[in-house]
Amino acid sequence: MTAPTRTEIRSAPHIKGPRSVEQIMANVVYSLLPICAFFVYQYGISAAASILVVTASCLLAERAFVRTGTQAGSLSDFSATITGLLLALTLPPGFPLWMGVVAGFSAIALGKALFGGIGFNVFNPALVGRAFVQAAFPAAIATYTPSFLPGRFTQFIPSSLAWPLMAPADTAAWLKAMQFDALASATPLAKWKFEGTLTAAGDLLTSLAGHMAVGPSPVLILACGAYLALRRFMDWRIPAAVLGSAGLTAWLIFALGGTKYPDPFFMLFSGGLILGAVYMATDMATSPVTPRGMWLYGALIGVLTVVIRYYSGLPEGVMYAILIGNAATPLIERITQPTPFGKGAAIRARKSASYTLHPDYISREEAGAKTPKKRFFKNKPKQ
Amino acid sequence: MKLLSYFRGEAFQRGVHPPGCKHTADTRIRRLPFAPRLIVPLSQHIGRPSQPIVRVGEEVLRGQPIAAADGWLSVPQHAPATGVVEAIELRPSARGPWTECIVIRVYEASTQEVLWGTPQDLDAFPPQDIVLAVQRAGMVGLGGAAFPSHAKLTVPEGAKVETLVVNGCECEPYLTCDHRVMVEQARDLMVGIRHAMRATGAQRAIIGVEDNKPAAAEAMRRALPPGSEIFVEEVPTKYPQGSEKMLITALFGVEVPSGKLPLSLGMVVNNVGTLAALGRLLPAGQGLIERVVTVTGPGVARPGDYRVPLGTPISFVLDYAGAPAQARQVILGGPMMGQSVASLDVPVTKGVSGVLVFRGEDMAGREGRRSYPCIKCGECVESCPMGLNPSMLGMLAARREYDAMGEQYHLGDCFECGCCTYTCPSNIPLVQQFRVAKQILREKAVA
Repeated sequence: MTAPTRTEIRSAPHIKGPRSVEQIMANVVYSLLPICAFFVYQYGISAAASILVVTASCLLAERAFVRTGTQAGSLSDFSATITGLLLALTLPPGFPLWMGVVAGFSAIALGKALFGGIGFNVFNPALVGRAFVQAAFPAAIATYTPSFLPGRFTQFIPSSLAWPLMAPADTAAWLKAMQFDALASATPLAKWKFEGTLTAAGDLLTSLAGHMAVGPSPVLILACGAYLALRRFMDWRIPAAVLGSAGLTAWLIFALGGTKYPDPFFMLFSGGLILGAVYMATDMATSPVTPRGMWLYGALIGVLTVVIRYYSGLPEGVMYAILIGNAATPLIERITQPTPFGKGAAIRARKSASYTLHPDYISREEAGAKTPKKRFFKNKPKQ
Repeated sequence: MKLLSYFRGEAFQRGVHPPGCKHTADTRIRRLPFAPRLIVPLSQHIGRPSQPIVRVGEEVLRGQPIAAADGWLSVPQHAPATGVVEAIELRPSARGPWTECIVIRVYEASTQEVLWGTPQDLDAFPPQDIVLAVQRAGMVGLGGAAFPSHAKLTVPEGAKVETLVVNGCECEPYLTCDHRVMVEQARDLMVGIRHAMRATGAQRAIIGVEDNKPAAAEAMRRALPPGSEIFVEEVPTKYPQGSEKMLITALFGVEVPSGKLPLSLGMVVNNVGTLAALGRLLPAGQGLIERVVTVTGPGVARPGDYRVPLGTPISFVLDYAGAPAQARQVILGGPMMGQSVASLDVPVTKGVSGVLVFRGEDMAGREGRRSYPCIKCGECVESCPMGLNPSMLGMLAARREYDAMGEQYHLGDCFECGCCTYTCPSNIPLVQQFRVAKQILREKAVA
């Protein structure tokens, strides 16, 4: 008798798909690595130090909160790593490192642990961290440096190494010594907002044209996003909706308002819109789960971004647009619940079907034919 | 792939693609010998249990009726082997620990020949007599639900059936019993379809086969009677296509309205296994005493499709097929919707389409997985064939808001296919929670 002696009871289904939280998060981290490498290539050791310090601070904060039982999850789920990398990419490369530690800690503490950890957070933790330091250190976060500076791999941007709680060193004087004017360290969006000069969209697309104060190349970010979307670790609808609605809104205003406003391509490729659309808005926990909700959510973010950029005192609006979108997510989900099978208008026949329903039944269905569901019981002969 | 079908509007929407694992698709159906004792439960179907018409100590012949139908929604049982009724008592079955069963001690050298049955000329029968003949044969849906076939073939007053849909999808991984039946019993199937069409008054029959079984489609096409209104249609493979509503959508592009039967669209759906058995049993006037069961699983020495006498204990089946001693889980049915059994004394009944055995190491990958809170990735929403929002339902279940699940989020439409749990990266037991919630709602409705 070879039959088993000890069996266990489980509830169906007894097999499990290959997908896991760790796998999703690890793939997002992999897709972020080329972007981080490009960032380091642009800004040298300051950028590398910033990425390492901010990510380490996020991981330490996560570890502390998981240890104390404040939040669910663990370090091995990679979600804190994603938060750290994304946060570092949104900060200026010469951002003082101690401020980076503050940003990383507040991202996890205020953005994640406060709500209960992975899955429970209402707002994107990286953006919460950035919003915190934007409020706390408005000067430092607006101080950009031009990319591809000579000697960037041997020398820190002086502001990076500021002592904690001390004002960072003046970057403008350091740049002047390197024969750069003050304008060179303004971001293209700030240049447009405050100086009225436009950068060519083609230059923005690659981030490679000279000493611009820009983030990693939008083309690279889109390529990495495409990898995630193709392997279905990210929903393609959200970036499509964000970029589509931002482009459309910018184009409408451009077409109606004329020269006062920049062309839609400048809007799309400048600032953090691409990074925000591909990596921030798509954060699973803070975006809707319903397909229609994703479109609505993305469209809301796109419109808000352009509106904030055009009509507020800030040059950049992606962060606030996404945070507002996050806040609206439960509401959006509620009004975009999927239509259950057999309850929608899809009762009408699909055209490409192999067989057609007999016309009698289509009309019967429309006339509201009765179901004979309970009939078997009713007709049961009495014993 | 998914994107493509999305644009072409193929099959039904959403669903999942678990690995097929149909390792036994190319081995012929083999016969299982009789176990020394056969345990025939009186309730192997949906509806009222049948009433025993034999007494303890009575000799029964293979094929002889041993229990009569109790009312309309009930079917008789037949003796699967020649022997002596040893007991009529409570025994464990897949339905529960104590169900009334007729235990037959099988005579040694009992013949495989069916010794009971009166050949009948069905073509002379009016439709309602065919339905009665189906009931006399003890037929139930062999796909797994075990709903009495005669009730399904009865067209209620005022309704009209136009199409007989024959379900040959067998979307569950591992199972190949329907596949083998389609290949080896294509002619029986055509006979069964013809009688079912006459019973229901259907003008045409459409056999839906998943496109991972080209051999089955080919065999059935070859067996088609010339000039008949029977069509074989291959539909793209996807789980849960074997659900009748999904198959209708795949074939006709229409959705059966929520809460209604396919009958409201003039259709009756039957499983290929059921109709093939009908085609074999009805002309001979015999009862259902055996069925094809897929016995498989990693580590099973002789996996395959076996023609198993009903009432054979699982332990005997496993022993014969060479199940590994370190097996830890035995599942009746497929891995997506099957039921794991606690006792190996449980008999094979009419609704058992497969016996699936998993060892400890086969479960390890699943057991080692951590559970996370819902990260709202939306995979479950993308996979739910009924268009529900399992993510939201799961959160409500965790908060025990069962009424909201039923009223606002259409829990009643869930047919527990398990797609949401299968895809969930957070390893949340969604469908298990829904089963509990449905049970609680049912109890509330009664109270």
